[in-house]
Amino acid sequence: MISKIVISAADAVRDIADGATVMVGGFGTAGQPIELIEALLEQGASDLTIINNNAGNGTTGLAALLAAGRVRKIICSFPRQVDSQVFDGLYRAGQLELELVAQGTLAERIRAGGAGIAAFFTPTAFGTALAEGKETRHINGRDYVLEDALVADYALIKAHQGDRLGNLVYRKTARNFAPMMASAATTTIAQVSQLVELGSLDPEAVVTPGIFTKRLVEVGGALPAVTEGQ
Amino acid sequence: MKGPLDRDGMANRVAQDIPEGAYVNLGIGLPTKVSNFLPVDREIVLHTENGMLGMGPVAGADEIDLDLINAGKIPVTELPGASYFHQADSFGMMRGGHLDICVLGAFQVSISGDLANWHTGGADAIPAVGGAMDLAIGAKQVLVIMELFTRDGQCKLVTECTYPLTGIGCVNTVYTDYAVFGLQSDGVYVREVFGDTSVTGLAEMTGLPLQQLPG
Repeated sequence: MISKIVISAADAVRDIADGATVMVGGFGTAGQPIELIEALLEQGASDLTIINNNAGNGTTGLAALLAAGRVRKIICSFPRQVDSQVFDGLYRAGQLELELVAQGTLAERIRAGGAGIAAFFTPTAFGTALAEGKETRHINGRDYVLEDALVADYALIKAHQGDRLGNLVYRKTARNFAPMMASAATTTIAQVSQLVELGSLDPEAVVTPGIFTKRLVEVGGALPAVTEGQ
Repeated sequence: MKGPLDRDGMANRVAQDIPEGAYVNLGIGLPTKVSNFLPVDREIVLHTENGMLGMGPVAGADEIDLDLINAGKIPVTELPGASYFHQADSFGMMRGGHLDICVLGAFQVSISGDLANWHTGGADAIPAVGGAMDLAIGAKQVLVIMELFTRDGQCKLVTECTYPLTGIGCVNTVYTDYAVFGLQSDGVYVREVFGDTSVTGLAEMTGLPLQQLPG
């Protein structure tokens, strides 16, 4: 019998090694797999490259991982936020490498990585500082920039429900980067708010098919303030 | 004497140009205000790039759901017919030319439609681009809403941008407190002036070669 369920967040992240590249889901705090990030902090891996839309909020989650000095490089689209003081300080001190990527290009680079596409031409950022040094091409009357795919050793994502095969559904805008990240990492680890029996997810509604998920762990189970249907 | 429009007036003016049936992305900041003035008799579908179509108003205190936020990370609501999707689909909607209108703020817009709105270029500024560059090139029409002058009187509609660019030749129309400017390949057309401003007066204030839209 296939079961990808692990008993704890600590068990889920046990083998993440120093120097690993780790994709982390979430847009701000929506969809941020906070328990997995905390487990990674506790586990102690360092010299990490993190791929996330942002660069941490406040002092918890990703920000705590940065503050602990575990991250060498971050690939993201929007590090600067009102509460990104941890990132801001490290970046200004030259202690953190930043690769800034336009948000749609970030999403597409991850999708390409998961789909076996090495690189693609996109019109985004043509003629801007973010295209400097990159190959460009004029195709059918429009200018494009060549962008490489992104892959990772691990993806840490958050989903709403999952079954033992690793089929996942998400909740509202907390879906954001998780489906692409799930496909682009060697080992995808999902924390789910609810583990459900095999067969209870509508196959037509599954967003991330289980083939992409290597491990899943149920955490908390607490839903946000308002549940669906209200 | 009638003065220029205030920020609500500018947002209201943009809203009147958004047609029935349009799929629209409103950027963070002043563009978000446009949603307060969309004509109630038109069905307009709002897109938020973090993964939703059919976005409703900002959530009231008893409606807050931290899984349902807009691109500015503010809790919002969903309207009947809403849909959720991941970020690659969301940005594919833009880049693929499916979105009708995008409304953005700007530091500067050039008369050839170049947009600068993501980075001041300051030595100590932390760069953050988010969806700005994708939005700039990703809608059938890109509308900019901005005050025509900075607080210290510099015109933000310029011959050539001095701030780092977000996109090249991407802006179609600029809505300001003084006038609406259409950026066309043959020049800048003043579509409408507000208050007591005249096209001649605007040309003096901005130092730009402005043309009046006939009729």
